[in-house]
Amino acid sequence: MVKPRLTGLIKIILLLCIYGVVRLLESRGLLLPYHVQVLSLCCINVILVVSLNLINGFTGQFSIGHAGFLAIGAYLSAFLTVKMHVPFLAAILCGGLLAGLAGLAVGLPALRLRGDYLAIATLGFGEIIRVIILNMEAVGGAKGFSGIPKYTTFGIAYLTAIITVVVIRNFVHSDYGRACLAVREDEIAAESLGVNSTYFKVLAFALGAFFAGTAGALFSHYLQYMAPTPSQIGFVKSIDILIMLVLGGLGSLTGSVIAAVVLTIIPELLRGFAEYRMIIYPILLIVVMLYLPAGLMAGRELSLDSLARLCKGVKSSAHYS
Amino acid sequence: MPTTAELMVSNLSVQFGGLKAVNEVSFSLQPQTLAGLIGPNGAGKTTIFNALTGLCPVSGGEISFGDQRLTNQPPHTIARCGVARTFQNIRLFKNLTVLDNLRIAYHKNRQYSLLCSLFRSPRYWREEEQITARAKEALELVGLATKAEHLAGSLPYGEQRRVEIARALMLSPKLLLLDEPAAGMNPQETLTLLELIRRLRNELKITILLIEHDMKLVMNLCERLFVLDYGHLIATGDPKAIQSNRRVVEAYLGGTGA
Repeated sequence: MVKPRLTGLIKIILLLCIYGVVRLLESRGLLLPYHVQVLSLCCINVILVVSLNLINGFTGQFSIGHAGFLAIGAYLSAFLTVKMHVPFLAAILCGGLLAGLAGLAVGLPALRLRGDYLAIATLGFGEIIRVIILNMEAVGGAKGFSGIPKYTTFGIAYLTAIITVVVIRNFVHSDYGRACLAVREDEIAAESLGVNSTYFKVLAFALGAFFAGTAGALFSHYLQYMAPTPSQIGFVKSIDILIMLVLGGLGSLTGSVIAAVVLTIIPELLRGFAEYRMIIYPILLIVVMLYLPAGLMAGRELSLDSLARLCKGVKSSAHYS
Repeated sequence: MPTTAELMVSNLSVQFGGLKAVNEVSFSLQPQTLAGLIGPNGAGKTTIFNALTGLCPVSGGEISFGDQRLTNQPPHTIARCGVARTFQNIRLFKNLTVLDNLRIAYHKNRQYSLLCSLFRSPRYWREEEQITARAKEALELVGLATKAEHLAGSLPYGEQRRVEIARALMLSPKLLLLDEPAAGMNPQETLTLLELIRRLRNELKITILLIEHDMKLVMNLCERLFVLDYGHLIATGDPKAIQSNRRVVEAYLGGTGA
């Protein structure tokens, strides 16, 4: 097993380089704090999209309540750090675990449903979580939860995103992940091969929810203020994550990462266009969906080999320009 | 002797609303038999398969396999008891490679834990290698070793059927149920299939029960036949006896009573 080790090493070096470059540019003043903020948000969105991919893309369970898990992680961790003075890392873990438990609790009854019905049930779940938070005075209720310390640095967000992607990739490429794929492809055939489909649906759901919860913890300590609005922890946020997922391509992890980064940066770039921003952004989405209906990566993965080829292409084109 | 029977089906009934698709059917299979389940269209053959594998609810009667009771168990439990099947309308995972189709079916024999897979422990690597080797062996057995990396859905029909058999074999079954394995195959492919099924029984020592409309294949291959008509078991016996059975001929050709 020399080759996986070598490519693994190259990947680690590449990831360290990205981090180093960001830090270097930041120290030279080429990247403003605002830019680093956006990069942190990219990492948080990567976690959200990749974890949703596990549920929607790999296991084929159409969930649109992902923001509910995000909300649980966000509020619990904020509550722990602000009111209980728990260390940030422990708070992230607790946020993830409670979200994972919620995933179990919702998954067991909801995953008896299929397709549209499951989508509606998960949408309902997300709204229930939001309304519960709206009525919880301990976390600010309708006023929102303010005064959350700014603990989320680019480094922490980046590291968590990497851990998420690696763990989910390892899951997908194991017998557990194959069982999930089998459930997605043909539930009856999967069952007849000894795959307990309910178990794997719930497992994927809980694992996805766990990571959404950790993303939530990073999110609340990034924004420093949580408001129980649809766009922050409600269905609008869920749909945002879903758009990134579909655009990247269901069942492609690299697609999810790319789409999460690109779709986080584009709205920021479009800030200059003010009110036209929300017209340009959807038009971009429509164009991509028209020409790449299966998403950017269409179920494929960007491997180190194809990346090397791509780099060569970029280098030569840069040379000519 | 019923005590040594591997598969015991007694008074099995399956009812869909007012329709009794399978009516009080009883039969048993000795280990390592190669048996056929035949009958006109709509006789309830596939329904019996579905009842045996837990895909449709049994409304009456008992199914046991060895010392395990299979009646109304969920399909994945039945698969874990050593009963594997193929489907009449091939149910491969079409968007996955042939190799992955087979590796999925190793599921019940997988030893490593979730944590092993999440952190890719040495045990994970070791076992994954074993799984791949097993899958390649199974592909070799059905003569499709070169197609491992193809998408299952892209293979021709006859090959898809053989992949499905190989996938079922990954479960290391004791009983293999084949639902119309020769459907849509040309005579040459049917011949290869016949050889394959014989080899499976002889080399892997498994019990095979198959549904088939190709009478030449059935009569050539099976040692024991069960004939169904309108949900009733109308005859049991070796191929010779079945061919000369009056009720069977009536069921197929239409007689005075039918």
